[in-house]
Amino acid sequence: MNRRVVVTGMGAVTPVGIGVRNFWANLKAGVCGIGPITRFDASRVKSSLAGEVKNFDPLDWLEKAEVVKMDRSAQFAVAAASEAMQLSGVAGTVDPNRAAVYLGTGIGGFETNEANCFKLFDKGPRRVSPFFVPMMIANMPAGLLAIRYDFRGAALPAVTACASGTNAIGEAVRAIRHGYADVALTGGTEAPIVEVGVAGFNSMKALATAEDPNAASLPFDARRAGFVIAEGAGVLVLEEYERAKNRGAKIYGEICGYGSTCDAYHMTAPRPDADGAARAVVEALREADWKAGESVYVNAHGTGTHLNDVAETRALKIAFGEDEARRLAISSTKSATGHMLGAAGAVEAIVCLKALAENVAPPTLNLLEPDPECDLDYIPSTKREAKFDLAISNSFGFGGHNACLAFRRIGG
Amino acid sequence: MDIFQMIANALADRYGLDASEITPETELISIGVDSLDAAELLMALEEKIGVEIEPTKKLATIKDVVATVEAAQNENDSF
Repeated sequence: MNRRVVVTGMGAVTPVGIGVRNFWANLKAGVCGIGPITRFDASRVKSSLAGEVKNFDPLDWLEKAEVVKMDRSAQFAVAAASEAMQLSGVAGTVDPNRAAVYLGTGIGGFETNEANCFKLFDKGPRRVSPFFVPMMIANMPAGLLAIRYDFRGAALPAVTACASGTNAIGEAVRAIRHGYADVALTGGTEAPIVEVGVAGFNSMKALATAEDPNAASLPFDARRAGFVIAEGAGVLVLEEYERAKNRGAKIYGEICGYGSTCDAYHMTAPRPDADGAARAVVEALREADWKAGESVYVNAHGTGTHLNDVAETRALKIAFGEDEARRLAISSTKSATGHMLGAAGAVEAIVCLKALAENVAPPTLNLLEPDPECDLDYIPSTKREAKFDLAISNSFGFGGHNACLAFRRIGG
Repeated sequence: MDIFQMIANALADRYGLDASEITPETELISIGVDSLDAAELLMALEEKIGVEIEPTKKLATIKDVVATVEAAQNENDSF
């Protein structure tokens, strides 16, 4: 069985806007969502900036009794899923047993974890909340969405660090393609802006420590010195193409390719030869039936770490060939959002769908000083209008996880 | 403050309920309080009154919670 899989709903909670419409308008306009950390007192850690979701009120989507029992990462997932479900109109049209949830998160309930560790240290074990474990475990956003929408098929998290969102969507695509489900809610969520998290990434030297929000997240720029931590969620409603068409659903695009590989090389560093990343792209391109000469938008993983951006550039050259790689329109929207870790790939999937739908690619903000080792077209500073035939989104995660999704318009 | 009022206020505060609608006969399940919520409620009450509370029977109504808290207090007083 090899069925086509289309997107019929999208929802976004991001540092540059809540809701797909806001998010996309701001992204095209070059709005940068990075600013001083307000989630905790950041005076003790080296990095002072983050991509925080502004003005997020969980009571817009949840009852108070629900809010107090959900980690911020789960609240983001509910908000994004609510938008996606509403847009799709799929509720009530699907047998619950044929509806699945595949939702990624890199970490899980990081705030819940930290808060309860403080309670343990300050007040002892009797003050550790009975909700500590259920709010912290990384599968819970998937479980909560299944409860909320009565989706009774598989409900699985993808926990592949910064590739989680992309892996989750890819696995959901496979589940529908091969007949295990007809509908899936899928994407990723993350709320990692906590002191222990920033401290940990700082100790790895993974985060930028710049204090200027416009000179911190610098993908492919020679000045880059690490990523900027961010939070958010992206959720898609996926459906088998014929059922979506038959019920008259608005179709936002097709997910026509997925590649998933592992470097099997190092806990955190990418393979210098970029073989794992390149194979993920090649697999996605093969499934998408890519042909040389097509106009392609690439939403890069583009974290702004020195190693990633060089390895990703190499991977694109291997996968497309040197000549075709030079024709790619590439951008890293992490320049605007920061790095939403397990949510990044899901939000960036939405970027690809919108780029195809509107024939415009958002820019890589603040890319002013090109790096000779990153010598492709990264759409610096301002958006690019072009008719794209294909879009791909790369995500690579600690653990050596490489994932790539490919998207096309329905009906050319 | 009496124990009942303390419980009603704690539930109202956490879940956005109207405290005046909670009576001793109110069933926990009817206001959405499951076993995890009840455990968390007892933890909050422990914090307030400074005695360890270990329920010895199933908590079905607010009255059961009051009795459990009072028993814990009495046990503590007898030391």
